[in-house]
Amino acid sequence: MSDTATLTDTELAYVQRSPIAPRRPPLAASGAIGWLRENLLSSVFNVVLTVVCALLIAWIVPPLLKFLVIDAVWDGASRADCLPTPERPEVGACWAFVIERLGFFTYGFYPIEERWRVDVFFALLALGVGWMAWLSAPRRDLGVIYFFIIMPVVSFVLLIGVPALGLPHVSTAQWGGVLVTIVVATVGIVVSLPLGILLALGRRSEMPVVRLFSVIFIEFVRGVPLITVLFMASVMLPLFVPDNWSPDKLVRALVGVALFASAYMAEVVRAGLQAIPKGQYEAAMAVGLGYWQTMRLIILPQALKVTIPNIVNTCIGLFKDTTLVFVVGIFDFLKTIEAARGDPQWATPVTSTTGYAFAAMFYFVFCYAMSRYARFVEAHVAAGERR
Amino acid sequence: MKRVVIRMALAAILGVAASAASAQTLNSVKSRGVVHCGANGTLAGFGLPDAQGRWTGLDVEFCRALAAAIFNDPSKVKFVPLTAKDRFTALQSGEVDVLARNTTWTSSRDTSLGLNFTAITYFDGQGFMVRKALKVNSALELNDAAVCVQQGTTTELNLADYFRANKMKLKTVTFATADEALKAYDSSRCDAYTTDASGLAGERLRLANTNDHIVLPEIISKEPLGPVVRHGDDQWFDIVKWTHYAMVTAEELGISKANVDDHMKSDNPDVKRLLGTEGKHGEALGLTNDWAYRIIKQVGNYGESFERNVGQGSALKIGRGLNGLWNKGGLQYAPPIR
Amino acid sequence: MSVVETGKPKAPLIYNPKVRGIAYQVLLCALIGFLVYGAVTNAMDNLARAKIASGFGFWEHTAGFDISQTLIEYATTSTYGRAFWVGLLNTLLVAGLGIVFATILGFIIGIARLSKNWLVAKVAAAYVELIRNLPLLLQLLFWYNAVLKALPELRESLLIPGGGFLNNRGLFLPQPTFKEGASAALIALLVGILASIAVRIWAKRRQMRTGQRAPVLWITLALVFALPLGVLVLSGVPVDFVYPEAGRFNIRGGIEVLPEFMALLFGLVIYTAAFIAEVVRAGILAVSKGQAEAAYALGLRPGPTLRLVVVPLAMRVIVPPLTSQYLNLTKNSSLAVAIGYPDLVQIFTGTVLNQTGQAVEVVVITMAVYLTISLVTSFLMNLYNRRVALVER
Repeated sequence: MSDTATLTDTELAYVQRSPIAPRRPPLAASGAIGWLRENLLSSVFNVVLTVVCALLIAWIVPPLLKFLVIDAVWDGASRADCLPTPERPEVGACWAFVIERLGFFTYGFYPIEERWRVDVFFALLALGVGWMAWLSAPRRDLGVIYFFIIMPVVSFVLLIGVPALGLPHVSTAQWGGVLVTIVVATVGIVVSLPLGILLALGRRSEMPVVRLFSVIFIEFVRGVPLITVLFMASVMLPLFVPDNWSPDKLVRALVGVALFASAYMAEVVRAGLQAIPKGQYEAAMAVGLGYWQTMRLIILPQALKVTIPNIVNTCIGLFKDTTLVFVVGIFDFLKTIEAARGDPQWATPVTSTTGYAFAAMFYFVFCYAMSRYARFVEAHVAAGERR
Repeated sequence: MKRVVIRMALAAILGVAASAASAQTLNSVKSRGVVHCGANGTLAGFGLPDAQGRWTGLDVEFCRALAAAIFNDPSKVKFVPLTAKDRFTALQSGEVDVLARNTTWTSSRDTSLGLNFTAITYFDGQGFMVRKALKVNSALELNDAAVCVQQGTTTELNLADYFRANKMKLKTVTFATADEALKAYDSSRCDAYTTDASGLAGERLRLANTNDHIVLPEIISKEPLGPVVRHGDDQWFDIVKWTHYAMVTAEELGISKANVDDHMKSDNPDVKRLLGTEGKHGEALGLTNDWAYRIIKQVGNYGESFERNVGQGSALKIGRGLNGLWNKGGLQYAPPIR
Repeated sequence: MSVVETGKPKAPLIYNPKVRGIAYQVLLCALIGFLVYGAVTNAMDNLARAKIASGFGFWEHTAGFDISQTLIEYATTSTYGRAFWVGLLNTLLVAGLGIVFATILGFIIGIARLSKNWLVAKVAAAYVELIRNLPLLLQLLFWYNAVLKALPELRESLLIPGGGFLNNRGLFLPQPTFKEGASAALIALLVGILASIAVRIWAKRRQMRTGQRAPVLWITLALVFALPLGVLVLSGVPVDFVYPEAGRFNIRGGIEVLPEFMALLFGLVIYTAAFIAEVVRAGILAVSKGQAEAAYALGLRPGPTLRLVVVPLAMRVIVPPLTSQYLNLTKNSSLAVAIGYPDLVQIFTGTVLNQTGQAVEVVVITMAVYLTISLVTSFLMNLYNRRVALVER
């Protein structure tokens, strides 16, 4: 100990007295280059993959941008504006067509002077959806009543019209476009959620008959394509009801869609119910709650909370499936696109693609927003569980 | 009692109120105040709503005439656009009171669908449309051609029959709607497009380059088109049938929308019986005696309606041909009103 | 001291849960019975009053219409029953091929999403997000109307090396027809397949015994492909090709692949693959990391680790949702009706329903077909699940 203390600094120059400053990592392993090496070029196979992907992107993205934005035609009055000319040999998307037909795509044949009613409906719906989707919104109990009872009734009166209230009658044959798509999706969701919960409870019921009917219904509907359900609703339903009243064409499709969605919703809810520990039921019974009280106060609030992401995913499926009503002759959004793209007034080589691009954007925005929301809720719920 | 309960339960479930119960179509039409008319919706000249949603066409005017006869108001019609697929179900189920949707009268439709064809408002036949560039002059040269056709129509069956009878090979491409079939033809998925000749005239106009296409001369089938009603209501059947005959008779007698009021003073007994100034022919139908006057005054006679919708007054420019009056070389012939 | 009750507590009957349960069930039965009875009597009433034909007699009637793609012999003089089978086979064809291709594509994309290669993972993720959020019908219409219709016309067909054509009427390929002597090659193929199975078993046994591995893959390839081809060449290539030729209107001869079929197959494969990719990803993520780490510790490289350890474990999680994707694909093939591919729904609930007017029978038969497919599949699925389920110790 004392020996070392007497040695001078010069004698032991090799002794390091202060820590060496950390060396920078090799250039190749850090920063952008390192990241590139690690993530894109770690092996020969990886390099090949990277090159293939880069080529794929180069093959798809620039032409897409060129078509959708750079070469696109933004204003014009007829097909002439979207036809290739010697000065402009390459024509991109014909947005002028979409802009001119926007009213048709949104409202279908809804009378022009009455279209404000559709706008009000959209606003009412947005309010309802916002109220339901905002998890910490005030008075969500009122929100539920609004969404499942008040809004449907008010919207129905508003859209169909009651001449006594100064709202002329607008028959559903005149509805079309986004309006119909939204109506079908909304009715599907508003009806299928309660019905799906009932069916899920029925499937887990202790009463064999209830269970049997629920299972038969759910498995039957899930086993057949939506198209056949819609066909059944549109060609068979009229035969099953008394001859002197026959439901409206749109109503028939709505019945089909709602029943179809209910079966899927039921399975989603059932999964949620299964996730609830048995102790919860037993505790509820122990404090003397009846079946419905147990369900309403203890089980469903918990089950639905964990199921929200899946419910939203079912809604995405339902929203996409609304396009199928087109097969039974209802003018939904996709059908208006189909009808408009065949119009000789706008017949150009790019009209179809433009129409589909517009439809794709519409559906993508809605579905993507819903799926982001589902993921957000999932994270939110998971955070709650972790505590 | 039980049935009533069931109906109410079903009504509650479907959220549709049962309308006033009556087997009599005329009564329920009257109490409803509007005729429900199944129409085409996509066929120029027969049934097509314009951009403002106003319906035009020969079949459409027939329904207007029906409303005029019943309500003295041709606007009291609700047009229900129907596809070839759902048209019969719509009529069978009572969704529409009358189906005026260029529907071909065939024996099986008349007998096994529970429907009755009333009269022939348009004598049609099936034809072909091809591209001029193919240099085809006759349907008999179409061996091995691909033909676009709408499914579930007599057209589809006639097409197969014609090719079989002439020992030609056929490639059919079937679509659920005429619209899709036409679009497929336009994008040259098929060499030919086939439908009723009247339809070809209208649909040719909807193609991107109208003049690149020609209609071949062959008519390969008989397609008598007419309004259809349900079995079992003879009164309604009579009204629909005689609405057409009234329009034909009016043309035969030279009574038009413009001069009908002058003819009210006519001494011609035929005219008097038609316009209801003599006899009680309207009341026998369950209507008023001026039923035919109402039709002519508000819609016009058959010839006027024809020219306006499919003839020289329209874009289709179809000649009268078989649809001329019987005394002018055509087949339109109305039984006498007496 | 109170009297001890010996009997059951005398609660009113309506508070007895058992009695209540029975009452509810009786009520439900009555309600459903009512509805069914009402629907049936109404239907009978409506059908009888309207004199609409009913029953299955139409099955034997002549169809009279033509079908663009038939796997079994069919002519316009065939019966509606025959048309039904044609439609069903067309559905099964597109569903079967769709399942094969969607599985391959789905696995590739699912694994690509988990790739360490950033670009690959992002491209795969973008694919999944885009495709899953667009309606299938829109995609089908896009493929059919915007892509396939934009192919060159008949006269400017794209030539495919080997004598094929591609145009907006479809894809035309040479069709091989086997002459006499080709049976030797067929026998060689069968022998090759059987032999390769035997080699596999032998190689596995040897590996278990000695730890030595045999190049099974190469032997299999040689036996299954090289052997029959060799026999074929030795026997003087007794195969004729029928080449498609341009006729006056259409291309004749060879194998014809309809554009409707291509569009439907494309659409179904691309759509379903996005869902299968998610299933695969979830399955692989469900395999605990320790399994892969243990495999690495034993010296397995990433490829074999994935193939021999991770995927087999993941399959247990993957298979049930994968089957439901297969069923979805099969059900979704009914969208053929929108683009004119003659599948079961298009032919049967489209044309046959219209020609016969017998909506009830036709729709019921169609639904029964899909239901049967679904139920059989889920039955097989349950069997499989029971076999692979983790045996908990």
